[in-house]
Amino acid sequence: MKPAPFIYHDPATPEEAVALLSQHEDAKVLAGGQSLMPMLNMRFVLPDHVIDLNGVAGISGVVDSGSTLEIGAMTRQRDLVRDPAVNAKIPIMPEALEHVGHFQTRNRGTIGGSLCHLDPSAELPCLMAAYDAVLSAHGPDGVRDIPFTEWPLAYMIPTLGPDELLTKITVPYWSANHGYGFVEFARRHGDFALIAVAALLETDGDTILQASISIGGAGVRPVRLAEAEAALVGGNIGADAFKAAAEVARGIDAMSDAYVSSAYRQRLAATLVERALIKAGERAKGSA
Amino acid sequence: MADTRDIEVTVNGESHAANVETRTSLGDFLRHGLGLTGTHMGCEHGVCGACTVMVDGEAVRSCLMLAVQTNGHEVTTVEGLAEDDGTLSPLQEAFWKHHGLQCGFCTPGMLTSLTAFLRDNPDPSERDVREAISGNICRCTGYQGIVDAALDVAKTMQKGS
Ligand SMILES: Cc1cc2nc3c(=O)[nH]c(=O)nc-3n(C[C@@H](O)[C@H](O)[C@H](O)COP(=O)(O)OP(=O)(O)OC[C@H]3O[C@@H](n4cnc5c(N)ncnc54)[C@H](O)[C@@H]3O)c2cc1C
Ligand code: FES
Ligand code: FES
Repeated sequence: MKPAPFIYHDPATPEEAVALLSQHEDAKVLAGGQSLMPMLNMRFVLPDHVIDLNGVAGISGVVDSGSTLEIGAMTRQRDLVRDPAVNAKIPIMPEALEHVGHFQTRNRGTIGGSLCHLDPSAELPCLMAAYDAVLSAHGPDGVRDIPFTEWPLAYMIPTLGPDELLTKITVPYWSANHGYGFVEFARRHGDFALIAVAALLETDGDTILQASISIGGAGVRPVRLAEAEAALVGGNIGADAFKAAAEVARGIDAMSDAYVSSAYRQRLAATLVERALIKAGERAKGSA
Repeated sequence: MADTRDIEVTVNGESHAANVETRTSLGDFLRHGLGLTGTHMGCEHGVCGACTVMVDGEAVRSCLMLAVQTNGHEVTTVEGLAEDDGTLSPLQEAFWKHHGLQCGFCTPGMLTSLTAFLRDNPDPSERDVREAISGNICRCTGYQGIVDAALDVAKTMQKGS
C-alpha cells in the first residue's frame, strides 16, 4: 500500500511541465491526487516520474469571457462549488459536484483531473458533454482545442498525447433564465454514479427553445440524447414531453457489470432523465 | 537511490525541517517521521477518512497527499485540536459527552473533518452533518453519537456567538 519509488518533479509553468513530459518516457501527471494517489498506493500504476501540477502557475481559476466560463484545469472542485461566476452562469455545476466524492476529496480534486481520469460514471465528464465544452491541451507544439465529443477515446482514456497537458476547459453558458437539473443514483452518497443525468432547458415561458440531455455511467463515454433533445425543442414544458424523452433514454446502449445489468441501467436512465427534466422545467424561467 | 527532498512544514503550530522520500504520503510522514500517531491510516486509498488532517485549514486525506507537497504549508492533526494544557476542544468534549467514539480508530478523521466543517457551516442540519461525514467510515458507533456531538457543539456555538 505504498507507491513504488519514483522521481518527483514540481514544474512552475505549463511549458516546464510539457518539457518534462517530453523528456521522460514513463511519466505521470499529478493533479489533485484523489484518483492517481490511490492507484499509486495500490501499485496499479508504477511511473518512473511523477510531475506535480500543484505549483504550476496560470492553470487554475475561473474567467468569464462574456459567453463562456474559462476554467483552469487545476481549479479545485471545492473552489468551483464556491465560485460566484460558476454559481451564476453554470448553477448545475455545484449541484453535480455535490455528488463527486466528499468535501475532503473536493478540497484537493480538480476539474481537469476528473476529465483526464475519465471514469465512465464520473459526474464532470457527463456535465461537460451536456455543455459541449472545449478542452485545451498544451503540448510541445503549443495549444490545441478539443471539442468534448472527441475527448473520450476509449475506456478511461482521453484524446491526449503522452506529452500533452490539459490546461483549460471552456464552457459556453446558457441564458440566466435557463432551467437545469442534475440527478444521479449511486449506492452510497459520494460514490460514483450508476447512472447520472444532466438536463438543461431554455424556454420562452412555455415553448422549449433549446434542450440538452447527457447521461453518464451507461458506457465508456457520456451519451447525449440528441433525438430526445430535438423532439423537445418547439414543444411545451410538460409531463408528456418529458415521459417521451425518458422512453428514448430507455433505449440507450448500456453496459452491464458485476453489480447491475444493462437493463437496470436503461431503466435508471429513463427514470433519471424524467426527473432531471422535471427539475429543469420547474427552474426554467422563460427568457421572453 | 531514493528520491528525497528537504521540506519545511508547520505541524500543529510547530515548525519542522525534514528530509523526506518523495513517495512518502503525508500520513506516513506524520506518523513515522514526526511520531504523531494520532492520525490513523486505514484503507490508504481515500475511502475510509480515518487519515483526514487539515492542510492550511482544509480537511484532506493524508493518504492521498505526498509529504513533499506540504512544503511551506500548515498541517493540523488531531493532536493539535486540544489546548496546550490538554483542555479538550468543544467538539472533542461533545464526542466524549455523546459517546461519539468506541474503539477510536475513525475518531481523528471525524474530529478533523467536523472541525473544518463546523467552522464553514456553523448552523448545520442533521442531514448536513451526515453528509459531511459520509466520507468517514465508523465500524463501531452507528454514527448517532457522532452526529449528536456535532449538532450539540453547533448549537452551543450559536448561543455563544
Ligand atoms: C473516496 C472517493 C470518492 C470519489 N467519488 C467520486 C465520485 O463520486 N465521482 C467522481 O467523478 N469522482 C470521484 N472520486 C475521484 C475524484 O475525487 C478525483 O478528484 C478525480 O477523479 C481526479 O481528479 P484529481 O484532480 O484528483 O486528479 P489526479 O488523481 O491527480 O489525476 C487523475 C488522472 O488524470 C491525469 N491528469 C490529471 N490532471 C491532468 C492534466 N491537467 N493534464 C493531463 N493529465 C492529467 C493524471 O495523470 C491521472 O491519470 C472519488 C475519489 C475518492 C478518493
Ligand atoms: S487511510 Fe486515507 S482515507 Fe483511508
Ligand atoms: S469508533 Fe471504532 S471505528 Fe469509529
